[in-house]
Amino acid sequence: MHNESLSKKNVFHLKKITGSKAFSTFTAALLAILLGLVFGFIVMLIASPPNAVPGIFAVLTGGFRRIADVIYYATPIMMTGLAVGFAFKMGLFNIGASGQYTMGMFFAMYAGFFFNLPRGLHWIVCVAMGMLGGLLWGLIPGVFKALLNVNEVITSIMFNYIGMFLVDMWIQTTPGMYVADKARTAYLPASAQMPSLGIPNSGVNISIFIAIAIAILLFIVLSKTTFGYELKATGYNRHASTYAGMNGKRNIILTMAIAGALAGLGGAFAFLAPSSIPGSSVTYEPINVIAPNGFNGIAVALLGNSSPIGIIFSSVFISHIQRGGTQARLFGYEYEIIDVVISVIIYFSAFVMLMQEVAKKALRQLLDSLKRSFGKKGAEKASDAQPAAEIMAEPELSEVEKEGQK
Amino acid sequence: MEDNYIIEMLNITKVFPGIVANDNVTLRLKKGEIHALLGENGAGKSTLMSILFGLYQADSGEIRKNGKVVKINNPNDANALGIGMVHQHFKLVEIFTVLENIMLGDEPTKLGFLQRKQARERIMKFSQQYGLEVNLDALIEDISVGMQQRVEILKMLYRDNEILIFDEPTAVLTPQEIDDLMEIMREFARSGKSIIFITHKLNEIMAVADRCTVLRKGKCVGTVNIKDTTKEELSRMMVGRDVSFSVNKADANPGEVVLSVRNLSVPSSIHKTNAVRNVSFDVRAGEIVCIAGIDGNGQTELVYALTGLERPSGGTITLCGRDITRASIRNRSKTGMSHIPEDRQKHGLILDYTLEENLVLQRYWQPEFQNKGFIRFDAMRSYATRLIDQYDIRSGQGPVTIVRSMSGGNQQKAIVARELDKDHKLLVAVQPTRGLDVGAIEYIHRQLVSDRDAGKAVLIVSFELDEVMDISDRILVMYEGEIVGELDPKTTTVQELGLYMSGAKRSTVKEMSYA
Ligand SMILES: Nc1ncnc2c1ncn2[C@@H]1O[C@H](COP(=O)(O)OP(=O)(O)OP(=O)(O)O)[C@@H](O)[C@H]1O
Ligand SMILES: [Mg+2]
Repeated sequence: MHNESLSKKNVFHLKKITGSKAFSTFTAALLAILLGLVFGFIVMLIASPPNAVPGIFAVLTGGFRRIADVIYYATPIMMTGLAVGFAFKMGLFNIGASGQYTMGMFFAMYAGFFFNLPRGLHWIVCVAMGMLGGLLWGLIPGVFKALLNVNEVITSIMFNYIGMFLVDMWIQTTPGMYVADKARTAYLPASAQMPSLGIPNSGVNISIFIAIAIAILLFIVLSKTTFGYELKATGYNRHASTYAGMNGKRNIILTMAIAGALAGLGGAFAFLAPSSIPGSSVTYEPINVIAPNGFNGIAVALLGNSSPIGIIFSSVFISHIQRGGTQARLFGYEYEIIDVVISVIIYFSAFVMLMQEVAKKALRQLLDSLKRSFGKKGAEKASDAQPAAEIMAEPELSEVEKEGQK
Repeated sequence: MEDNYIIEMLNITKVFPGIVANDNVTLRLKKGEIHALLGENGAGKSTLMSILFGLYQADSGEIRKNGKVVKINNPNDANALGIGMVHQHFKLVEIFTVLENIMLGDEPTKLGFLQRKQARERIMKFSQQYGLEVNLDALIEDISVGMQQRVEILKMLYRDNEILIFDEPTAVLTPQEIDDLMEIMREFARSGKSIIFITHKLNEIMAVADRCTVLRKGKCVGTVNIKDTTKEELSRMMVGRDVSFSVNKADANPGEVVLSVRNLSVPSSIHKTNAVRNVSFDVRAGEIVCIAGIDGNGQTELVYALTGLERPSGGTITLCGRDITRASIRNRSKTGMSHIPEDRQKHGLILDYTLEENLVLQRYWQPEFQNKGFIRFDAMRSYATRLIDQYDIRSGQGPVTIVRSMSGGNQQKAIVARELDKDHKLLVAVQPTRGLDVGAIEYIHRQLVSDRDAGKAVLIVSFELDEVMDISDRILVMYEGEIVGELDPKTTTVQELGLYMSGAKRSTVKEMSYA
């Protein structure tokens, strides 16, 4: 009898922890990553069986040898991830982060080349210009959505293309920006480059701190302000937010503008990074390709469950896998195969996150069948296991529980 | 005797965070009976039935079918055992047709192709046998709630279910549809099916049920034979005290006009015609005006136009002397309008927000709850705690409960509390007591009367004649988008009201007085 009440207490405790929102999202993310890695491994096995084990090992650990680079490459996708995640909180699917990113890059570079400003101020103005460029490119789909009820997915896809072609054209036709024989942009003046963190052979710079600060700021906006309250309310139930008198049109425009600004900052951060070789800079090749960092932002946001704090971590993770991937080349994998593997890992993880509830159900069934195979002998233990399994189980309930503890 | 039970739920216990939803509950269902399940809002009725249907697993206790212990892990298991359920909030795919919804999950196929014709014939057979009229090719989103419910019922028949669970089926139906449903349930019982029927309306239990099990705060109070009991006894078992079924109120003392509607027309969302046609009326401070009518005669659209959810195509609306015909919803709210919406889950609540977040949904922007754009969480908490207390909103974790997890009736109470407590001059309430237990209805009715006595204007849309006759000071009857009569509940009869509602009678005198 005594025993029973004790175990019941433990169960409650367990339920409390495992039921918390953060915990359940975190475990789901880990599970997603694990499954992503399994599929990545399968691709490597198919491509080159003998090298698969050291290859996947390189993918997993390679990033640890290049921590500065991991951080450097994480920054832009953190920003595009925030751009997608923030809009998603309002129920908007901002697939246009690429275009906003590219537009941000162009504005920032333009300021870099043609604004004559003192050191220390120049790069700040460039960053601000990048933000402005992205903002404009997010604002337009927002206006279309709010005033004309045009689906933001369609407009923002179109704006990815329009943005990319415009920027490529502008760059190629702006004297002083483009080096035609190298088919890339010219080197940015040093004053336009962001202060480096001083790590040799790495472009890592202070933008990572700005990005993290912005993520924290967004977290505060979302969880503590009336604007965040309205935004999430609209995302959860558009009808009820209208009923409550929230200004849906204004909020849609504002949200898309902010999302665009975030992606624009990503573009600025990526191209204003300092070069480790003096006299050079990061350059852009206008070859009519939509910036992949925008799409990676979608994966980052999904894996981070659209939470600004989650996105900080998911962007670093994805950057880590990407850096590790370059190391796998040492084991004879072609560049393209590595790209496939990385994409499989990233997108599969993100996909699994999307299918959280399904994954939980599968896990529960696994636990259930384990329980059954333990049979009668484990009757007591089984009753212990039950509530824990349950948390994974009931879609409605677990959703409720994980939200419950914020 | 004992082998008569088709389903036995023995000593069922189910714990949710912060609340024991079912505490050692036992329910035995005889073959061929209609068994009512009665209990206050949040007593655990839906939870118990969800366990039988495999949506939840009990923490302890067992379920037997025909005396044999069975394990129901999911709705598929339940289905295999012949158990079907019509949920409190329907679970249909809006963009599928009726036929597709009924087939879904149990499609007859041949070489991988759907055998629609076969399914159609089978459904038509049931439809005729039990008088369940549906249009198989209509989309769910286009059909009335009553028909959606018939679809849910056909789904159960199609799957050959012999144990049918109805979770508050009558809350969304019109009186006529309720009578039909009762007849259908009797027919089911006659053909050997066993029925569990959840309702808050004691008249319905007295009319169709053979036995009734009463729950109170998760515990089983007992099971009684309907033959040997009365409405009063049932409500005493359920609430633990005597409940008065009629409203005690003094005569109204109407003051100045608060809401004034002139020649209002509102377009219909489905058809090209106007759903509300040239409607004029006033609501004064200190009176309760009820709009009576059969569902679908323009009441929804009228309320949408009054509250700003839809733009009228003509006419004017004046609130407290201000023309609000084109005002924003926030502006109407500031001018003094409160609104208890018809669809609590669509408009009234953000289901994924907590109870406290929902309780400030109309007020979060006021200085009391925010400072320079930052939410004042402490103020929100203490405000929510007060409302929860005052209106007896029951939930597992109080202010931080996610509203989605709350029982249907308690969700409704949260909306009522929020709208009544908000500073207002006019309350527009559509079916304010839908889904509430008798105790809660008594309480809400008293609140509405005291709101009136405090000098507020109250406009209620209700499909329930008893409620209309009981609570109103004045009745306006709507028929086909027009107000066809103004009646005094003290001098009119239910029969006369019925004649107006069905369009058999109309008076134009009152309308003209506004012209
Ligand atoms: N998924 C869930 N998670 C947490 N708590 C829940 C959940 N479902 C129900 N509850 C809680 O269990 C209690 C019983 O709820 P239930 O829905 O069974 O009530 P009910 O008797 O059907 O009430 P009503 O008449 O209002 O529909 C409520 O207090 C509710 O808050
Ligand atoms: Mg219920």
